[in-house]
Amino acid sequence: MERYFCTLLRRRERVRLALLGGLLASLYGALKLLSLAGLINEYWQRVLDQALITTIGALGLSIIYGFAGQFSLGHAAFYGIGAYTAGIIGKVWSQGSITFFLLALLAGTLAASFIAFLLGIPILRLRSDYLGIATLGFGVIVRVALENSNRFYPPLGGATGMTGIPQVANFDWIFWFTVGTLILVCNLIASSYGRAWLSIREDEMAADTLGINTTRYKITAFVLGCGLAGLAGGLYAYRYPYLHPSSFDFLKSFDFLLIVVLGGLGSISGTVVTAICWVFLLEGLRIILGQAFVDWRGVIYAVILIVTVLLRPQGLFSGKEWRLLFPSRDQDGTWGKEGKHASLRG
Amino acid sequence: MPLLEVRDLCKDFGGLRAVSNFQLKMEQGEIVGLIGPNGAGKTTVFNLITGLIPPTSGSIIFQGENLVGLPPYRIAAKGIARTFQNIRLFKDMSVLDNVRAILHVHNGYGFWDAALHSPRFAKKEEEILARARELLEVVNLETRSRDPARSLPYGDQRRLEIARALALRPKLLLLDEPAAGMNPREVASLTELIRFIKDKFQLTVLLIEHQMGLVMNLCERIVVMDFGEIIAEGTPHEVSNNPVVLEAYLGKGAVVNRC
Ligand SMILES: Nc1ncnc2c1ncn2[C@@H]1O[C@H](COP(=O)(O)OP(=O)(O)OP(=O)(O)O)[C@@H](O)[C@H]1O
Ligand SMILES: [Mg+2]
Repeated sequence: MERYFCTLLRRRERVRLALLGGLLASLYGALKLLSLAGLINEYWQRVLDQALITTIGALGLSIIYGFAGQFSLGHAAFYGIGAYTAGIIGKVWSQGSITFFLLALLAGTLAASFIAFLLGIPILRLRSDYLGIATLGFGVIVRVALENSNRFYPPLGGATGMTGIPQVANFDWIFWFTVGTLILVCNLIASSYGRAWLSIREDEMAADTLGINTTRYKITAFVLGCGLAGLAGGLYAYRYPYLHPSSFDFLKSFDFLLIVVLGGLGSISGTVVTAICWVFLLEGLRIILGQAFVDWRGVIYAVILIVTVLLRPQGLFSGKEWRLLFPSRDQDGTWGKEGKHASLRG
Repeated sequence: MPLLEVRDLCKDFGGLRAVSNFQLKMEQGEIVGLIGPNGAGKTTVFNLITGLIPPTSGSIIFQGENLVGLPPYRIAAKGIARTFQNIRLFKDMSVLDNVRAILHVHNGYGFWDAALHSPRFAKKEEEILARARELLEVVNLETRSRDPARSLPYGDQRRLEIARALALRPKLLLLDEPAAGMNPREVASLTELIRFIKDKFQLTVLLIEHQMGLVMNLCERIVVMDFGEIIAEGTPHEVSNNPVVLEAYLGKGAVVNRC
């Protein structure tokens, strides 16, 4: 009986993987076809790619804030570190080779992770919420450093921005990196890591008292989340011909934060859907409002945040998940249970 | 060698001495009650043993090893689990995941096993799921395993806290007012539960409780605290007839009122 149950689970798991794989492949195929048929022009292709890149970065913050409950206001700084690290490697050494592109992405990811590690060690040992302030300050430092970067190393471009990175990252790369990230994150969430992160968000003191090494798990979440921001930054650098410090400032951090909060804390599906919708919404507003949008961006964000929090405080997905993303064994767990699992604190 | 030996434990909060020269020896398999009026320092003793707050002085020897200075998660991993007076569940996690999160402490796997859902991951997860179901069965919550912990009624939340503590495979279980807010029927079944898990998991139990029925029923030995100090110690019978204890509970000159 027990054995029969196990094989059943495994079979369900195989079916799930086949379904998920099929679905992603058809999505990819459909988008490719649309673009080949000319239904997605260059402009909207850029927006779509940006949406996917934003998704990768937002998944990082979703781990840090949505799951582990660590409030970070400087996510874009790590996005910027990844972009500039990968970008400078591409600009100075790579001449557009794929190997170098992948190495540069790795370097961008590792650079962001490593700096997150250095920043996280002193701060995340504490139980209080200093991370928000520290990352806010760190974001400002990174912005200033990028603006003056040409003084240390002229190819970085400083306040005038950086050009000359080979545009290797096309839709294919970006799509499959997004899929890879999504699978990695879902796997971790449906494991001891995800449960430890949630337990810290829910009650750090109880988690600590019951044997969970909270510092270690908080640092893991922060390093991993910032690493994903770095990966997103690297892809961004290889996709768009122009890097500028203002693309990685506080408003960008606020972007990521909004996505995670609006999607519902503790929901991967919510993060993904909101990230994509958010980028298209912003682009729409940019088209409709023109220059006014740029001037009023901060106000628009604040209004959207306030309205959503008033109308739907638990976020769009309120902790619900798209079942296909998570292993069937977890149907016993938190995931995919309709309605009851609202995840916003308070 | 006693399982737990607390020597000369003191804790000051500013000018307040919350725990003063606290001594306790517990042998393997004992159930000891810790009672005393509100503010006596009972919960503070638990917080000191579990490492949540550092003692001002004194030592806490568990299986021959001094725990003072170790972080709470290390103390927990050595085999001391607790419940909280003001329930501290992982409220938005499912009942099952409350238990699974703690089972991983002794039954973990590496980052890459988790990231790639390796065969090792699958094997461990199967064990953990089976074990979690077993623990939920013990506290009679297996039918609620998918519900978020916050949706459980009060008494069930206290039972889930016990299951979560058991997930740590403790040798010493510290229960802080496990019967608070329970009706007499629930208290009776809790008494049975504590007896049952003590035998099944070979536990040593230190129990804070205001409901004297439960304490008298379960404990072979009772320690009474007042104003941070131990004022009496002995069998339930001895303690309940000790004038010092009655005075602490009822005030000087009060009439003895047996319940
Ligand atoms: N973290 C703290 N900081 C300052 N004072 C504290 C702290 N924790 C406890 N105290 C004080 O120490 C004393 C003992 O508190 P404790 O919670 O241990 O009592 P208790 O015996 O558990 O009481 P109760 O039966 O009400 O739970 C109280 O006067 C309390 O106000
Ligand atoms: Mg207390």
